[in-house]
Amino acid sequence: MTAVAERPYGRAGGGPRRGPLSGSGLTLLLPALVPVLLFSVGPLVYGILLAFTDARSGRNTETSFVGLANFVELLSDGDFWESFRIGMVWGLSVTVLQFLASLGLALLLNQDLRLRGVARVLAVVPWAMPPVVVGLMWRLVYHPDAGLLNGLFGSDVDWLHDFSLALPAVIVVGVWTGMPQTTVVLLAGLQNVPRELYEAVSVDGAGAWRRFWNVTLPQLRPVIVAITSLDFVWNINQFSLVYVLTQGGPGGRTRLPMLFAYEEAFRYGFFGYAATLGVAITIVVLAVLGLYLWRQAQEGN
Amino acid sequence: MTRALKYLALLGYVVFLAFPLLWLLSTALKTPQEMAALDPTWIPRRPTLANFADAFAEQDLVGAGLRSLVVAVATALITVALALPAAYALARFRGVAGKIAIGWVLVSQVFPVVLIIIPLFMVLRRLELVNTLAGLTVVHVTFVMPFALWMLRGYVRAVPRELEEAASVDGAGRLRALAAVVAPLLAPGVVATLLFSFISSWNEFMFALVILKDPEVETLPLTLVRFVGPEGVARLGPLAAASLLATVPSLVFFAIIQRRLRSGLMAGAVKG
Repeated sequence: MTAVAERPYGRAGGGPRRGPLSGSGLTLLLPALVPVLLFSVGPLVYGILLAFTDARSGRNTETSFVGLANFVELLSDGDFWESFRIGMVWGLSVTVLQFLASLGLALLLNQDLRLRGVARVLAVVPWAMPPVVVGLMWRLVYHPDAGLLNGLFGSDVDWLHDFSLALPAVIVVGVWTGMPQTTVVLLAGLQNVPRELYEAVSVDGAGAWRRFWNVTLPQLRPVIVAITSLDFVWNINQFSLVYVLTQGGPGGRTRLPMLFAYEEAFRYGFFGYAATLGVAITIVVLAVLGLYLWRQAQEGN
Repeated sequence: MTRALKYLALLGYVVFLAFPLLWLLSTALKTPQEMAALDPTWIPRRPTLANFADAFAEQDLVGAGLRSLVVAVATALITVALALPAAYALARFRGVAGKIAIGWVLVSQVFPVVLIIIPLFMVLRRLELVNTLAGLTVVHVTFVMPFALWMLRGYVRAVPRELEEAASVDGAGRLRALAAVVAPLLAPGVVATLLFSFISSWNEFMFALVILKDPEVETLPLTLVRFVGPEGVARLGPLAAASLLATVPSLVFFAIIQRRLRSGLMAGAVKG
C-alpha cells in the first residue's frame, strides 16, 4: 500500500510527496476541519455538557452545573418514558416494515417484469420529496372529510386524531417515505450477488424459496445489516415528518423523543433537560445498534 | 402462476407508492365544492388552477421561495468550497488525522440533531444571527458538510492517481496537474455534491423552525406549514398546490442524478 510501490513513473525527488499526511495535506484539510470542529464537534460536545447543567432559554439566566440531576429527573419523568416507548415502537416497527417491504420490492425489481420501469421511478419519488410535503400530502390522504381513505372505506374516522389509530397511521407514512433508500440499497446488493452461486444450487435442484434462503439472504447479509442500522438511527431521530402530521398529538400518542426534546427546549425553554434527553436517546441507540451488530457478527461467523 | 403473483405484488407496490401522489395532484386541481362532496373523486370533474392562484395570494410563496433559494445556493457553494480541498486530502493522503475525520463523519450521523441545535442556537443568539438567513445558512453548512465530504472523497478516489502523476512527470507542478487533469474529471462529482447540498438545504425544516421566527424571513417549508392553520383547519386546495410547486426542484434534481444513484454512488456506498 505504500505510495512508492505504486509509482511506476516516479523520479527521485521529482514527484509530489506521498505517504502520511504531509504539511500540504494538513493545509488542505484545515478549511474543512475548522468548520467541522467549530460547528459540528464543538456544538456536540457543548450539547453533551449542557445535559449536566440547568441551562434555560432566557438570555441572562444563570447556568450552573447540576451533575446527574437531569438524568435522575428524566428517569422519574412519566412523559419521557411514554415518549421513549412511542419512539421505540415507531423506530422498530418502521425499520422492520420498511425492510420487509423494500426487500420484496427489490426482489421484484431485480426480475424481468413489465411494470418494472414505472415501479423504479415511483420507488425513488418519495425520496425526492421534502419531508414537509410528504407530511402535508398524507394529511390530505387521512383528512376526515376531504380525505381519500374515509371515502374509499366509507368510514368516518379522524385517523390522525384518533388515540389508537394515530401511531399506526403515522408509521405507514414513515414506511412509505423511507422505502426508497432501503430499496435502492438492497437492489444494488442483489445485483452484486454472483450468478454462479445461483447456478450451483440450481444444479442441486433447489426451488426458488431455497435459493432465496440459502444464497440470496446470506449474500445480502452485510448490506441488510448496514441499511437496517442506518434506517433505525434515522427513524429514531425523525422529527419533521411527524411534526407536520400530528405535532405529537393526539394527547402525546405520536410524540416521538425528538418532538418531546424540541418542546422541552424551544417551547418551555429547558435547554439542559432537552440535552439530557438527547444524550439518553443517543445512549439507547448506541446500545441497540451495538447489540444488533454484535449479534449479526456472531451469526455471520 | 407464480408470474401472475409477481405481477400482482408489483402492482400492489405501484398502487401503494403512487396513490398519495395522485391524491395530492387531484386535490390541487379540485374546487372547494368538489372537495366538500361526500364521495371523493380521483379525477376532478371541473379541474381548476384557482388553487395555485390562491396559494400565491394567501402566503408569500414567491418571497419564501426566493429566501429558500438564497439559503440553498449559499449552502451548496460554501459547503463544496470548504469540503473539496479536505476531500482531496482525505482521499490522497493516508494519516491519523484523515482517519479520525472520516470516522467523525460516520459517527456524527448517530447523534440526534437536538444535541446540535440547542448549542448552535445559543451560539447564534450570541452572534445575533438568530432569525437571519445567514444564521440558517451556517447551520445548514454544518449539517450538510459530513455527507458532502464523504461524497466528494469517493469521487476523488475514482480519479486514477496515475493521471496526476503523469502530469507531474511532464513537468507540471502539483497545482497545475490538479487544475488540468483532475478538475475536469471531478466536475460531475462536484456538480452532484452541489445539487445534493442544495436539495438538503431546500428541504430542511427543523433547523429553520428553530432559527427563523418571523414570517418575513421564513423559508419555503415553514410557509407551507402555514397552510395548516393553528387549529389544524387546513386550506386544502392551496396547500396541495403549493406542496406540488415546492417539490419541483427536488424532482428535477432526482431526475438528473437518478442513474448515478442506482449505479455508482450506491454501489460505492454498499461496498465501502
